[in-house]
Amino acid sequence: MNNQARISKVKIATCSLAGCFGCHTSLLDIDERLFDLLGMVEFDRSPFTDIKHCGPCDIGIVEGGVSNAENARVLREFRDNCKVLVAIGPCAITGNVPALRNNIDLWDCFQEVYLYDPGTEGNQIPNDPELPLPFDKVYPIYEVVKVDYFLNGCPPSPDAIWNFLTDLIEGRKPEIDYKLLRYD
Amino acid sequence: MNKAITIDGKTLPFEDGQTIMDAALTAGVYIPRLCHNPELKPHGSCKLCVVNANGRNVTSCTMPASDGMVVTNNTPELNEDRKALVQMLFVEGNHICPACEASGNCQLQAAGYYLRMESPHFTHFYPPRRVDASHPDIFLDLNRCILCELCVRASRDIDKKNVFGISGRGIDSHLVVNSESGRLGDTNMAVTDKAAHICPTGAILIKRKGYTIPIGKRTFDQKTLSEFHLGQVKQPEPDGE
Repeated sequence: MNNQARISKVKIATCSLAGCFGCHTSLLDIDERLFDLLGMVEFDRSPFTDIKHCGPCDIGIVEGGVSNAENARVLREFRDNCKVLVAIGPCAITGNVPALRNNIDLWDCFQEVYLYDPGTEGNQIPNDPELPLPFDKVYPIYEVVKVDYFLNGCPPSPDAIWNFLTDLIEGRKPEIDYKLLRYD
Repeated sequence: MNKAITIDGKTLPFEDGQTIMDAALTAGVYIPRLCHNPELKPHGSCKLCVVNANGRNVTSCTMPASDGMVVTNNTPELNEDRKALVQMLFVEGNHICPACEASGNCQLQAAGYYLRMESPHFTHFYPPRRVDASHPDIFLDLNRCILCELCVRASRDIDKKNVFGISGRGIDSHLVVNSESGRLGDTNMAVTDKAAHICPTGAILIKRKGYTIPIGKRTFDQKTLSEFHLGQVKQPEPDGE
């Protein structure tokens, strides 16, 4: 029975790219409904599990936009492995605050942050080969891979996340109530 | 007998000289809009108010009503077109709602909610646009300008100051300020001007008012765009009034 239940559980992977983890925090804010959620789903790669790579999943939830090569690699891994891909929060949907840098030359941006900003010590632009290559712009994830569903809100409210997830897990097309559709 | 049109099967009377939009507003029938304000001469540029009248798509804010005209307005096809227009406005500028003082009072955002826009869909332009903070009381942030010309018309026709204009053509069209320096601070615009309070987005903001009303308690946190447009002619203040 226990095995049966485990096999039928929906597999979910989540990640935060160029985001602030606020959407993940809002997911945790569904509070005691987390117990109901864990009865229905099993987490694959996610900050909650610390699994490093996404395996085959039913639902992939992506927070944050694509700001560097590592973001793009993770996003492609999610798209390749998840049957349904969800963009959560305005960073994934529009680029949002990280995309404010899109009108500033990347080098100017780096100099401002690492060389000229008062209080920075050592005055060095990070250049370790392990650091992912930054892109010239921050892109919403739908401009990089196909996205199936969008969940707005900065962050989406716990109720919006709960309604959305239960719809998806129970095989319905998620309907977002007018009151819960928010871009801010 | 009075002259009348029908909109979505409902018969609405009108008077000579009224547009489809005028007749609809009088009868409390909502046609989505961004660039139209009943206080000002119609402009017909945002195309959100396009309806089908006698088989042709026309902008309802400029099209005169004529007796027996059959209009369809609230249809899935027209609302899909309207949503695509709003999505194009979103990607054409830099509309970052969570970082905008006007969030919650913004009619572009409210149009997105009304039309159930879930993503901007198209490729973002992220155009480089100017911010002008030279005026002591008013911010001008061109990142959020949708070229509705409401400020142009209000400044010209109500304030009689001609502070704003549109320059360039097509995709290069942009709002310009009528001063030698091109800066708002060098014009005679005042914070009490109609043009300072008519922007449907956050392109023209009153300084030091940004967050007097918190997010969640603002105009479109309380009501839909249709309730707002039908319920009052007055524009929302950046501070939620």
